[in-house]
Amino acid sequence: MRAGLTILAATFAVAAAQPGAAQNLTLPSSIAAGSAFTVQTQGSGNGTLYIVGLGQAIKRDVQLGSTVFFAAGSLYGAGQYTVVLTGAGANETEALTVTPSPDPGAVSFLARPSRLPVGLQDGITGAVYVFDPYKNLITKPENVSFDLTGPDGKTQTRTVPTVLGAAWTELDSTAHQGNDKFVARIGSVASTRVVGQVPGDPCSLKMTASPAGQDVRLQTDPIRDCSGNAIPDGTIVTFTENYRGGESTVDVPIKRGIAQVEMPAHPGATISVASGVMMGNQIRWER
Amino acid sequence: MLKRAVLFGAVLSTASLLAGAQQPTVTVEPPHVDGPRKLADQTAQAVVRDYLQSWQAMSKALNQNNAGLLGADFVGLAKEKLAKTIDQQAAAGIHTRYVDRSHDVQVVFYSPDGLSIELTDQVSYDVQIFNHDKQIATRQAQGRYVVVMTPAQVRWMVRIFQTEAQ
Repeated sequence: MRAGLTILAATFAVAAAQPGAAQNLTLPSSIAAGSAFTVQTQGSGNGTLYIVGLGQAIKRDVQLGSTVFFAAGSLYGAGQYTVVLTGAGANETEALTVTPSPDPGAVSFLARPSRLPVGLQDGITGAVYVFDPYKNLITKPENVSFDLTGPDGKTQTRTVPTVLGAAWTELDSTAHQGNDKFVARIGSVASTRVVGQVPGDPCSLKMTASPAGQDVRLQTDPIRDCSGNAIPDGTIVTFTENYRGGESTVDVPIKRGIAQVEMPAHPGATISVASGVMMGNQIRWER
Repeated sequence: MLKRAVLFGAVLSTASLLAGAQQPTVTVEPPHVDGPRKLADQTAQAVVRDYLQSWQAMSKALNQNNAGLLGADFVGLAKEKLAKTIDQQAAAGIHTRYVDRSHDVQVVFYSPDGLSIELTDQVSYDVQIFNHDKQIATRQAQGRYVVVMTPAQVRWMVRIFQTEAQ
């Protein structure tokens, strides 16, 4: 394989140098995307100049012997090009490489997930690809700054060098519910995403009981996650009453931060409360 | 690694036979992925297989000046750029024939979200340029391609396709 590549490289060198004995075509071997350049032709009469690659195809009628000027922005697609000059006996082929413009012009930024619980280590990921103003991937290393600003205004920052145009990072979700602003920046180019942080699971669950006629009224304390964020209304809390081998269960949505329900007041009944994976306290009703 | 090269050679061989083209030699280097996401062997194989097939589609599209042939293999920037090149070729009355001779492929980045994979490919290829049906140039070339692929419904598609300066 390596030997094959060497042979091909040698063949390419021969191909690039042929077919004319005289050099009819003079041009730079490499230019930055979008920069102006010239191609010097030799000879006399009319000819045609082709610049052909995967990124662009240009054909231009030329006067042989003249200098052909390509204005800034004419050739902007990064890649390898074959430059061909034909006409009046001339037929010459050269190679031209167009490199990405050194100045970043755009960042493709993907942040995941769009919503997650608070306090999750390495829970937020961001990945970027960096492009020049002509949408060529800038493959030389550039430093990308990732800033994640939480609802409390605190910012986590990571600076990551790109490798072949790509960079990524992982950041912790913060302790406060709300929206994070996640920014990827390179030079003056920035892209922003919003990451929603929601409360985590309940950290503790405590209920109290009081008589309510023939029933017992059960009510939880305000339910919060371990960072102190209120668990959203609508989250289900389950009350379970066991009495003489029987069991009755009631699912109640949290309303205004607490859950409450009335259940039959059986003396000697055992009542427990739970939400998700969190088990709360247990009460024995004696009245 | 040798097993992988043989595997992809076989995959490509099938594709090439279908296309009636001479098959290139393919070497697949072990992935060198920087990132938290583990790259499964099956994923790596699918990406390389789909990438190599995209060369067939690209070659046909540029030879026939038919951007419609890109649709199954290219999306986004790569598709837009190639389609524009095809338009420019057609307007200039030229078409090009790319014949890939060898590939040396390596996966270099798998994004943490799993939505993009970057690979490099050291390619040797022939390019022939035709003015209408008259061949005006032929060149043997090498290039290191940087490719970003993203998943579609049933396969990986080329989103960025670019030669890196060497």
